[in-house]
Amino acid sequence: MAWIMALKQKIIFRKIPITVLLAVVSFITSGALAQETAPSNPAAHASPPIDYWSMLLVFILSTFIGMGVIRRVSRLLHTPLMSLTNAISAIAVVGSIAVTGSDYPPMIRILGAVALFASMTNIVSGFLITDRMLKMFKKQ
Amino acid sequence: MIYGIEQLAYIVDGALFIFSLHWMNDPKTARRGVIFGVAAMLLAIITTWIQPQIVNHAWIIIAIIAGIAVGIPLSLVPLTAVPQRTALSHAFGGAAAGLVGTAKYFLWLGEGSEQLTQFRMIAIVAEVILGFLTFTGSLLAAGKLQEIRWIPQRPVTYPFQNVINIGLLVIAAGLGTLLVIYPGASWSSTVFLAIIALSLIFGVLFIIPIGGADMPTVISILNSYAGLSAVAMGFVLDNKLLITAGALDGSSGLILSIIMCRAMNRSFTNVLFGAFGSVQAAKATGEQKIYKQETIEGAAQILEQARLVVIIPGYGMAVAQAQHRIRELYDQLKKRGITVKFAVHPVAGRMPGHMNVLLAEANIPYEDLVEMDDINSDMPQCDVALVVGANDVVNPSARYDKSTPIYGMPIIDADRARLVLAIKRSKNPGFAGIDNELYFKDNTWMLFGDAKAVVGDLAKQLAHG
Repeated sequence: MAWIMALKQKIIFRKIPITVLLAVVSFITSGALAQETAPSNPAAHASPPIDYWSMLLVFILSTFIGMGVIRRVSRLLHTPLMSLTNAISAIAVVGSIAVTGSDYPPMIRILGAVALFASMTNIVSGFLITDRMLKMFKKQ
Repeated sequence: MIYGIEQLAYIVDGALFIFSLHWMNDPKTARRGVIFGVAAMLLAIITTWIQPQIVNHAWIIIAIIAGIAVGIPLSLVPLTAVPQRTALSHAFGGAAAGLVGTAKYFLWLGEGSEQLTQFRMIAIVAEVILGFLTFTGSLLAAGKLQEIRWIPQRPVTYPFQNVINIGLLVIAAGLGTLLVIYPGASWSSTVFLAIIALSLIFGVLFIIPIGGADMPTVISILNSYAGLSAVAMGFVLDNKLLITAGALDGSSGLILSIIMCRAMNRSFTNVLFGAFGSVQAAKATGEQKIYKQETIEGAAQILEQARLVVIIPGYGMAVAQAQHRIRELYDQLKKRGITVKFAVHPVAGRMPGHMNVLLAEANIPYEDLVEMDDINSDMPQCDVALVVGANDVVNPSARYDKSTPIYGMPIIDADRARLVLAIKRSKNPGFAGIDNELYFKDNTWMLFGDAKAVVGDLAKQLAHG
């Protein structure tokens, strides 16, 4: 719990942008939950209708958050930053898992499996090399 | 219920990713960011895997094991090869997006074209174009960085290059529009494959005219594209976590490219379409300029008498793997009470932050790595500026000579130091093909040879002398 206290002191009070960020996250949370609990037509048992506008909103907000956070990243760490964001964007792995594991025709699942392999490579090598580089940055 | 768990996990993941990047603002907290990133990734994988529609597990397990088997060796490359590895991982990211887009397209086409709504079709076309052009573009960039023999290092240009490149992209986008309007037409899958082919070709043609000195910018731009292709994938799959993570990656690439462009005083369009370094600046210099050479012994004496030494590393240091010898020299100078700082230009090396990582590998404390803007005001007090394999980033003609391609680029003011020692591999001009007048100034002394050997000799001389 100590780190939560440290976070509170350090971020909530000194770094306003992060507070904004938390607000945004909670906003998205509430949106998603509202969508989840909203009464849906029981006859339409298919996946919930696609909500383009909230997707666009998430995209725009995430881009702004990304800009704000990345701008403050230490210039010393630009190389590890790139390998870290690379590993993070390999979250595409969730899409590949869904395509590979679902009950689809084999050709489609093969494409998914190759994509899954590519994303998994990025996750493993991205996080490992980022940590390897960060370990080297030492103080006097 | 399980849908709710998945959505909740995705929200937690999004927040963890943001914090993970936030902690990169300081080397002290940065490793915590990696731990949180890994945690978020595991959470996402597990919650996706336990969804009820996932019924085939064998292929998932095989692909994951294969990914781990390839990923671990890729994470152990020497740090000088980090730019290549990064380009390669952009290629993998692009490929994953492109393949999932293709899979989804054919899946929905098979289920009936009413599945291919306009929105989905736009997202798929964007995903496929971005994904596949990032794939071949990054592969070629990785090949150039690895200096594979059959890939040309120098920019390749041909007539109407930009017209052809833009034309290809316009055709691909036009075909995409056709598909959006007529998703169910009998020719639609052919058109779709044509879009893929055009994107793959465009990726190659897009990178071929770009030279090594522009790689920091190009890698950043490809990083941005890889992120955007993940965003498009999120739109296709209706997955907000993908959109969030992709947007974080995309904005990171964008900010890095802006920083790189600013550090070279060039615009995006100039980097992408300018074919920098292709023109050998064949400026006929009137008189034969003469280098003044210094011996190792003499240079060691000069260094010993200094109070402030600023070392300016460049790509030559990376090529020669000289960072560990530099550490020995650093230790020798520190032992004598001399202040030693490293001046790091944002575009030194082949990717953003390249020099910092190499120097950190050699155990140089990061407080001594100083950015260009902060060190320049100290340069007049600097007794010796030691240039190790840097060239264009210390060329004073960038300040006033409008005829050089690097005019206007911010430089490290090595020439304002009381004395300059420059280590250079050969007497040939640098990457941009420009003479560097720093080397001919009255207070500049040259040390010719491999950076690793010369710095090592200097350190040895100081240790014994």
